[in-house]
Amino acid sequence: MIPFTYERAADANSAAKAAAQPGAKFIAGGTNLLDLMKLEIERPAHLIDITRLPLRQIEAKDGGVRIGAQVPNSDLAAHPLIRDRYPVLSKALLAGASGQLRNKASTGGNLLQRTRCYYFYDTSKACNKREPASGCAALQGFNRIHAILGASDSCIAVHPSDMAVALTALEASIETMLPDGSKRTLPIGELHRLPGDTPHIETTLHPGELITAVVLPPPPPGNQTYRKVRDRASYAFALISVAAIVRVEAGRIRDSRIALGGVAHKPWRALDAERALRGKPASMESFANAARAALRSAKSYGGNDFKIPLAHRVLTRTLAEVAGIEGAA
Amino acid sequence: MATRSPLSPAINPIEENRQGIIGKPLDRVDGPLKVTGRAKYSYEYRGVKDTTYGFIVGSTIGKGRISAIDTSRAESAPRVLAVVTYQNAPKQAPLHPREPGPSRFDRSEPFLFSPEVRYFGEPVALIVAETFEAARHAAGLVSVRYVKDPQAKFDLMTHQSQAYKPKGVNAGMKADTSEGDFDGAFASAAVKIDVTYHLPHEHSMPMEPHATQAVWEGDHLTLYSGQQVAAWAQSSVAKTLQLPLENVRILTPYVGGGFGSKVPIHAQAVLAALGAKVVRRPVKIAQTRPQMFANTNHRPECLQRMRLGATKDGTLTAIAHDVWSQTTPFDEFIEQTAAFSRVMYAAPNRFHRHWGVMLDLPTSDIMRAPGEEPGSVAQECGMDELAVALDMDPIELRIKNEPTDDPETHLPFSSRSLVECYREGAQRFGWSKRPKRPGTLRDGRWLVGYGVASAMFPTYLRPSAAAVRLNADGAAIVKTDMTDIGTGSYTVLTQVAAESLGLPTDKVTVELGDTRLPKSAGSGGSFGAASAGSAILLACEQLRSQIAQLVSKDRRSPLAGANVGEVALRGGNVVAGEKSESLQAVLSRLAPSGIEGKGEHQGAEKQPKYSSHVFGAQFAEVGVDIDTGEIRVRRMLGVFGSGRILNPKTARSQLIGGMIMGIGAGLTEESVVDPRDGSFVNRDLAEYHVPVHADVTQIEAICLEEKEPYANPLGIKGLGEVGIVGVAAALANAVYNATGVRVREFPITLDKVLGGLPDTIAT
Ligand SMILES: Cc1cc2nc3c(=O)[nH]c(=O)nc-3n(C[C@H](O)[C@H](O)[C@H](O)COP(=O)(O)OP(=O)(O)OC[C@H]3O[C@@H](n4cnc5c(N)ncnc54)[C@H](O)[C@@H]3O)c2cc1C
Ligand code: SF4
Repeated sequence: MIPFTYERAADANSAAKAAAQPGAKFIAGGTNLLDLMKLEIERPAHLIDITRLPLRQIEAKDGGVRIGAQVPNSDLAAHPLIRDRYPVLSKALLAGASGQLRNKASTGGNLLQRTRCYYFYDTSKACNKREPASGCAALQGFNRIHAILGASDSCIAVHPSDMAVALTALEASIETMLPDGSKRTLPIGELHRLPGDTPHIETTLHPGELITAVVLPPPPPGNQTYRKVRDRASYAFALISVAAIVRVEAGRIRDSRIALGGVAHKPWRALDAERALRGKPASMESFANAARAALRSAKSYGGNDFKIPLAHRVLTRTLAEVAGIEGAA
Repeated sequence: MATRSPLSPAINPIEENRQGIIGKPLDRVDGPLKVTGRAKYSYEYRGVKDTTYGFIVGSTIGKGRISAIDTSRAESAPRVLAVVTYQNAPKQAPLHPREPGPSRFDRSEPFLFSPEVRYFGEPVALIVAETFEAARHAAGLVSVRYVKDPQAKFDLMTHQSQAYKPKGVNAGMKADTSEGDFDGAFASAAVKIDVTYHLPHEHSMPMEPHATQAVWEGDHLTLYSGQQVAAWAQSSVAKTLQLPLENVRILTPYVGGGFGSKVPIHAQAVLAALGAKVVRRPVKIAQTRPQMFANTNHRPECLQRMRLGATKDGTLTAIAHDVWSQTTPFDEFIEQTAAFSRVMYAAPNRFHRHWGVMLDLPTSDIMRAPGEEPGSVAQECGMDELAVALDMDPIELRIKNEPTDDPETHLPFSSRSLVECYREGAQRFGWSKRPKRPGTLRDGRWLVGYGVASAMFPTYLRPSAAAVRLNADGAAIVKTDMTDIGTGSYTVLTQVAAESLGLPTDKVTVELGDTRLPKSAGSGGSFGAASAGSAILLACEQLRSQIAQLVSKDRRSPLAGANVGEVALRGGNVVAGEKSESLQAVLSRLAPSGIEGKGEHQGAEKQPKYSSHVFGAQFAEVGVDIDTGEIRVRRMLGVFGSGRILNPKTARSQLIGGMIMGIGAGLTEESVVDPRDGSFVNRDLAEYHVPVHADVTQIEAICLEEKEPYANPLGIKGLGEVGIVGVAAALANAVYNATGVRVREFPITLDKVLGGLPDTIAT
């Protein structure tokens, strides 16, 4: 860990201002940032502690919900508004990390947690994300957990969050404050970036920009679910996850929202699948077609070849389940 | 059957168990200390107030040499006291010879002694600083240049063809054994299988990291170090630093798990001592979790070819078990993986052979049930595959091939309850409900299957000594350098002493984990309770006999003139026939300053008359998600024939702990090596998947009534390791039963079954 200075922010604006200095970083629950600092992967010169900012409210707003950036993952998962109206989010949160971590982890921090790519975690390895232009050790290395969609030759890492996948399906928006005190709102789909040839730039946030809240629009009609496939029953990151909201009317799919986790550098909205479903009969055939559409551009790298058929199966199956269809076999 | 243990006293209070303390589910005597945080682990000793902190810098190449090392920036960083490298490290003994000699663990183990790099992550520098943070920071400021060795080898499969034949394998066993004519019998066998299993590197990864605090006083060194065997750590450190043995003291009263990895000393122990010598202040070092992957024990990756030949009725005629496992050019460890199949089933024609494949990786070493755990995979999955080929129930196949004596040594078994374990387990588990054809039992989206496998572990007895002191107030203090690595040693040894001395358990205090105490075998090889416990029993017997002589000679005692052999300690009294006097009265009159008994034995006989092992049967029910291939354990039952049970609570904990670790071996644990540079890739507990609570649903272990007359005077069998044996195979067999997919590559992760699952999305 390299030496750093520390301050506790008094209010959101001064936090954003302080964080605009080069080398400064916010610290919330610290469950991701501190681990990375100990390994000298993150090397902030200055930390701005935002845990005491008054951003801990979960409030009903315009038929939706506004979630303060400091709300812990465990509180959010347990909140009646979320459990009743946004079960996909509650399920996704509870599928992540462990009880202890969820108590500490904040909503804002969860969105901005960094990849678990093994080579990103080992400072002796080439990693374009950690050190631009150094190469990508995962490309020809052990890449069992890596991306199948939207990756580049510069980086095949995945975004590890479960929560963000549910938020993507819910079309949440992100409220922020900039160092000059102005506010902006952006759709979650515009928060994270694909790697391209700049995998070290992970979001569209500006220097010092503070996430203050996540806003959920009214829940879309339909059934919601979150399905996470992983290597052990708990406390493991997703190999593939699916957040799905499907509305069936008279045996046909009126509308759907589908997001995938464990597949890409960002929570992956499967718009192609949604389009493929619209107006189609709620049948295994439609769901399998939708999965095919979602994975049309999928590409694997050896260790993660299994993820493509796995994603196909789990997406098809999850859609069938949320639509209340008994599948074949 | 067998005679008694040669070490058993004429009247054996453990056998008699008059007070009923043996077999009682006594709570852990150290439990309150642990849950209140008062049990101190190595890193928690505050030490004297000038304690400093060490941080290890590991190499970032797999093999080669250091061409330049620049420590100047680290040295001038704030609060840094020293940077130690091979260029300035205090003198150490040369590295031990490659071949293990009489003990792998009692030997020199220098670090920072050469510019050569043997494996990725090998220490190349040690930072010592005033604070942990300063040390950690300075570690990042050391810059090292290397010349890589282009000939480096990291991959087992690639280099299998360069395997060599070792002289022997771990635990002093022979590399190869054979009997009869395997080739002929196998060629003419009516039914046969010939399959190869591939098992990954695995790491012990105890919760407490490997940590040491070193304190010098003149040329005397005290190490607070989590170790399983205090005496080996002591002599290994003394040899490395070229000190007289008595100048080194190891303190290891509490250890947060070991699983083999704290039997040897590791880098942090030696480096703490070197660092402390350089800065002339105490140094403490804890390995980080990623460092532990390179610098503690791992079980080596191996390939196992299993050939079984049988007659049509399932009688085995031929067994061949060939094993290739990873070892290194600088240290030979050959896991005794083919030893499992030497003991399990009768067959007149057989061989069991080992090869080593030298790779430039950290040395492999013992991990819970070394040999038996991986060996059971090939033998017990092999039996399942043979049962399928024979269309026979896998339990009946095993019972049919139950040997009448040890198939290798042809000694009689002192006790062996494998068949009873299967019968009892089958009953309790509901084995008759197992689907006869794979892939036919469904529960919602789960494909459900059952599997079994045998477990076995040798019953060792190793030299140990103990002293037991009785104070005039009738309280006893037991002293031995035995360790409690979370197993329950404090508790069961309390029970052994209390029953032997006829005292309640709260009158007995056990002191462990200090090389100033009488030397024991320590914890390893499941020999701890038997070895240390037998020494305690002998010490108590000596006490009894001293007391008997005192009272029989004392005219004031109601026991005056009693026959010394008939005097017993019972219920706080000294008794002989109808006569009795309180122990406290006897002691305060005849030994007012207390009295001490010593016990010592030399372990098992050199030429044993019997073959002694614990046997068991592992039952597993798994569910395989028909869509995703996710494998979850639904139920597990282990049934063991394990001699006398000292404490059913600690016994059960050991057994189910082993079984849970077996879930890891079967389904989740794998240390992946990057073949480009020999580094372990998944170096933390987020990505090295040990089973978590949610992976463990219904799990039960039971011990059958079994009399072990011979192996040791307590009549017990070690339970620390047998619980893990056979679990991976039982799970693999259950996965096959659930899906019809036979996976021979471990761990069985979902990607390995996915391709064989029904097409659930066909439209
Ligand atoms: C062993 C382990 C297992 C885990 N398993 C899972 C899992 O299965 N699924 C899952 O989804 N997650 C998992 N996690 C990750 C966990 O959810 C995240 O670590 C956590 O959500 C991060 O939140 P935090 O508040 O601790 O963030 P911090 O560590 O404090 O911060 C993370 C990043 O976000 C930035 N940041 C924080 N708050 C703000 C803000 N308001 N505005 C702008 N920037 C901000 C920080 O500067 C930092 O860069 C796991 C973590 C661990 C350690
Ligand atoms: S996949 Fe991305 S994060 Fe991983 S090594 Fe390559 S560049 Fe780094």
